[in-house]
Amino acid sequence: MKTVIEFLKKALLLDLLEGLWITFRHQHPKNIYTEQYPLTRPAVAERYRGAPRLNIHPVTNETLCIACDLCKIACPENLIVVGFVRDEKKRKQLTTFTYDLSRCMFCGLCEDACPVDALELTQDFELASYTRGGQIWDRQMLEEGPRPTEYRQ
Amino acid sequence: MTTAFESNELVLNMGPQHPSTHGVLRVILKLDGERVTGTECVIGYLHRGVEKIAENRTYAMFAPYVDRMDYVSAVSNGLGYCLAVEKLMGVTAPERAQVARVILTELNRIASHLLWLGTHALDIGAITPLFYTMREREEVLKIFENYCGARLTTHAFRIGGLQYQLYAGFEEEVRAFCAMFPGKIDEYDRLLTGNRIWRDRLEGVGLLTVDECKQLGVTGPMLRASGLAWDVRRAMPYSGYQNYEFEIPTGTRGDTLDRYLVRIEEMRQSVRIIEQAVARIPEGPIVARGMKVIKPPIGEAYLPIEAPKGELGYFIVSDGTIHPYRVRVRPPSFLNLQALDNMARGALVADVVAIIGSIDCVMGEVDR
Repeated sequence: MKTVIEFLKKALLLDLLEGLWITFRHQHPKNIYTEQYPLTRPAVAERYRGAPRLNIHPVTNETLCIACDLCKIACPENLIVVGFVRDEKKRKQLTTFTYDLSRCMFCGLCEDACPVDALELTQDFELASYTRGGQIWDRQMLEEGPRPTEYRQ
Repeated sequence: MTTAFESNELVLNMGPQHPSTHGVLRVILKLDGERVTGTECVIGYLHRGVEKIAENRTYAMFAPYVDRMDYVSAVSNGLGYCLAVEKLMGVTAPERAQVARVILTELNRIASHLLWLGTHALDIGAITPLFYTMREREEVLKIFENYCGARLTTHAFRIGGLQYQLYAGFEEEVRAFCAMFPGKIDEYDRLLTGNRIWRDRLEGVGLLTVDECKQLGVTGPMLRASGLAWDVRRAMPYSGYQNYEFEIPTGTRGDTLDRYLVRIEEMRQSVRIIEQAVARIPEGPIVARGMKVIKPPIGEAYLPIEAPKGELGYFIVSDGTIHPYRVRVRPPSFLNLQALDNMARGALVADVVAIIGSIDCVMGEVDR
């Protein structure tokens, strides 16, 4: 009896039909998971580690960075260069800040090291540029975000 | 004595860009007709010198690099490295960190096995499961993204504990995943296990005995499929695995189908562990004391963990400075790949694809 059932199952292609049925059920529109990426952007997580940003004070527009160099020391790829001068009170003043995105692996160690929450990895994830030089972000770019591309005819 | 004309031997290159080699593995096949008489792996296309990089980085700086070895199970790699350094320093992570680590590593095991299942089925010729497994893997990756901000190269753990606090809604998301996922495993099971094409392609292909596994150092699901219930989580518990109830699935024949069944069952057991862990997340600190400067004493430590692919061990030698003197990785993929010749000898060319798939090797880990 058992062999007969086994034979019938095989002859009627039941194992294949079961797979077909599972596949068929996924035709339902509620089971569609495709993201229409350029049209609708995915909402990335709050903690997403994307493009870096150098925060400025919202009221005074002064940089929050105290040029302590801790991010540079923490970076495994050694891609941050912090430039500073000493003012008359011997305090460090930030002049330049260079961040080489082409070498960055977005590990977030610089962000963790920052004692004043000046350097932050944001939710911006579109980082392509047409040149290699475009991957090296200067202070203005880090503070204001990437400049819009200029198109020429 | 046969001449080259009579022997009928054909040498065929498979890879390094063959889609079924999962990365850049080149296999030189010696063929007699369609039978494989010998294989030779050519590796090193993805060599980045990770172990050497470690000598030029501090302990904390090296942690993101280990994610890039086995990039499919980055969380497990991070756990292995962090645990090895913690052993060297003689600290243990707080209870809360340990439970969070168990949850994330088991989720990572599911993600890794899902990717393996999808691509392995794709190699065999079943294209559909890839979409389903990727869909479920996405749910795991969303939890990773919400937790630590990255999906693949997570850098989720730090030496001594965690960097990020568990986010609000973490437990609900993990519970929802645990509720949803077993039904999906049943779906794969119904789609593949009973399927006659799947069975014909996998049954009796790539046999490996326990003795061969022991000789070659094969661990993980491949060893368990051969019939030996060896799991580092049970044999040498770490991160409090002794507190969780789970079974070690084993196979009997040691063929490719058994490896598939063992991995499917392992996903179910992972869900079980996650469910137990979520129910007992304690309050408290997430990082051990005194982890500002990581400067282990002079000495050496080896610590193995059960990564999705097998025993992943980190051997770290410290000379008392903030840089490791030497970091040696015992990668499961590299040692499991050595068994390819034993399995592929006498098989057909088309079976080699199935056998490589069943090894579940990630070339980033093999070449390091």
